Amino acid sequence: MFEQQDPNQIQLNSEGQLKHFLTTEGLSRELLSEILDTADSFVDMSAQQVKKVPLLRGKTVVNLFFEASTRTASTFELAAKRLSADVLNLNISTSSTAKGETLRDTLMTMEAMHSDMFVVRHSDSGAQHYIAQNVTPDVAVINAGDGRHAHPTQAMLDMLTIRQHKGDFSPLKVAIVGDILHSRVARSQIHALRTLGAAEVRVIAPHTLLPRHIEALGVQVYTDMKQGLKDVDVVMMLRLQRERMLSALLPSEAEFYKLYGLSEDKLQHAHPDAIVMHPGPINRGVEIESAVADGPRSLILNQVTNGIAVRMAVMSMSMSGQTTEAARRAEQHASRTE
Amino acid sequence: MNIKIQGGRVIDPASQLDQVTDLYISHGKIAAIGQAPAGFNADQTIDASNQVVSPGLIDLCAHVREPGYTRKGNISTETAAAAAGGVTTLCTPPNSKPIADTTAVVDLIQDRAREAGNARILPMGALTQGLAGEQLSPMHGLSQAGCIAFTNMRQPVKNSLVLTRCLEYAATHDLLVIFQAEDAGLAEGGAMHEDTTCTRLGLNGIPESAETIEVARCLLLIEQTGVRAHFGQLSCERSVKMVMDARERGLQVTADIAIQNLLLTDENVNGFDPNFHLIPPLRSQLDRAGLRQALLSDGFQAICSDHQPHETAAKQAPFAATEPGMTGLETLLSLSLILVEQELISLPQMLSKLTCGPAKVLGIESGQIAEGMPADLCIFDPQAEWSLTPEICRSAGQNTPFMGHTLKGQVSHTLLDGEVVFRLG
Repeated sequence: MFEQQDPNQIQLNSEGQLKHFLTTEGLSRELLSEILDTADSFVDMSAQQVKKVPLLRGKTVVNLFFEASTRTASTFELAAKRLSADVLNLNISTSSTAKGETLRDTLMTMEAMHSDMFVVRHSDSGAQHYIAQNVTPDVAVINAGDGRHAHPTQAMLDMLTIRQHKGDFSPLKVAIVGDILHSRVARSQIHALRTLGAAEVRVIAPHTLLPRHIEALGVQVYTDMKQGLKDVDVVMMLRLQRERMLSALLPSEAEFYKLYGLSEDKLQHAHPDAIVMHPGPINRGVEIESAVADGPRSLILNQVTNGIAVRMAVMSMSMSGQTTEAARRAEQHASRTE
Repeated sequence: MNIKIQGGRVIDPASQLDQVTDLYISHGKIAAIGQAPAGFNADQTIDASNQVVSPGLIDLCAHVREPGYTRKGNISTETAAAAAGGVTTLCTPPNSKPIADTTAVVDLIQDRAREAGNARILPMGALTQGLAGEQLSPMHGLSQAGCIAFTNMRQPVKNSLVLTRCLEYAATHDLLVIFQAEDAGLAEGGAMHEDTTCTRLGLNGIPESAETIEVARCLLLIEQTGVRAHFGQLSCERSVKMVMDARERGLQVTADIAIQNLLLTDENVNGFDPNFHLIPPLRSQLDRAGLRQALLSDGFQAICSDHQPHETAAKQAPFAATEPGMTGLETLLSLSLILVEQELISLPQMLSKLTCGPAKVLGIESGQIAEGMPADLCIFDPQAEWSLTPEICRSAGQNTPFMGHTLKGQVSHTLLDGEVVFRLG
């Protein structure tokens, strides 16, 4: 009983086009590659004098941020503006006791303003799935981070950065280091890397920062940094919130840095051409040494630049998918009423 | 009023009766099985041909939401749902508002149940005052007022000395204590079973140890105090095994499982449907298999609905922010019939978990078809297909993943004390 459909199919329209972008999980390699190819074209555009294209002209994009964000929110805003959309930024503080009425009411209000796209960050895993299932069919939903679940545009900008520097994913060994337990970025990176065919994906962290059964996502688990970094081509560091050091998860900043902070010394264990990435904002001396963060292998600023391109790609593709879907539905409706 | 129930397949697991025969009801009690008593004149005849006539179902855990949470349901609506599902007796937990730790609350619940007249409600009393886990509740008085058992539900009695005193006091008066075992620290913030689906979805998990550790603590104290005890809604294979082992050692312990934990797994949460947000959570496939194995070996005595109706808004939010629980009184029988359909157990075996099994747990003379017993009966067609739809749903809560699904086993009549309290159509 209960033969469920793949819940991530909600992201695609009947023609297999991107309708919402909620997670990298369940999307095909072809579609992820298409996102990267589209983003690549926007990377070039950003270097030009006129940085705007009219792809979303006349459309209204609402950035709904229920959680604080600077980097992600501003790159989404910039991406929407470069696509010529009208942008409304709403930072909605929410408490852990706030219930669905708030979210639902906010959505209804935004819908009443005839918005075309919601870019949403929310502290609850699955919030964007809930929104996508409840918005009117003509609205696209882009996930800008939900709980511990997914941060797909961050993962895709990481993939774009890797592809720009390494080309093919198939020979790559990639290590993701740090707070895997709380990281929506890590989960989205793992799904994207595996779909794009990376040879090996490793996670490196103490057991207190590793979700149980993480191996089921197809990763190798290491608790020793040096062993985990051995011969890897890409090192993806994760941000570690300082408050976690003070809870029962870690004994101290110093001990975490000593064991899992990325220093030049530890980086020696990786492949000589290994690149270093970090979704930011970085905590120097906690998860990464300044010399590494600012060093020649670091691609942290490239990631930021690529973030705009990837978000432009995803927004334009999903809006196109929504338009196709709306047209198809209108056609169906017309044929039914004939 | 004299009623004749004609030509039904009468199944009484308590007496192992299973035959097509007639039942005669007089003055609210079963007057005879098979042959009409002398001078019996039926005022009403119910044709039960091609149907099963069983004892009315007894549900060991059904929240009726009154007093205090009537936006979710009330005694009238929820007992109407019970009657529609063939449930004639239900135990309701003490987490009403105010909490059932005074006789006034217990009286109110029973009065409302009598007024509604759809089903018997056997209230559970709070084990500690306010369910705060600090001060013993007046268990003896509550028992005199009608409380069938005592529980602190999932509110922790953190201090093991306080818990010991509660159990000693309950044992003094031979009162039944019900545990819904959960270690509060390990379960804190959890929304689903901690396993691969939970990791993928990025939800906070509730590990198996949140249940097993508390079961272990309770079993040790049950052994020490000699109290009569029951574990409600166990969800892990290991917990059931621990209770079975304890019973083999001679402890007076029983257990029940919510039907959803026998049918579904944590993988159903994939997709973030809040209707699968349940506490205890849906566990792994291995747990489900273990619970089903325990069903075969009589490892637990009852199947319950763990009926928890909610208002619509309670489920309109991202998964973890929704309130846990599903409405279940109307689907308890049909969902349990799936276990028969899947040839896991026979129909009489299944009915024993819904009738005499829970009656035995509670120590009540009910859940059986015998001369002189109150005529609490459920008549259903095990093959008839039906769907629970919002239009026919009698519970105030429509929060179930089974809404709209085609189910087998439709109740045609429910009788309480010889009165027809539900009739199909």
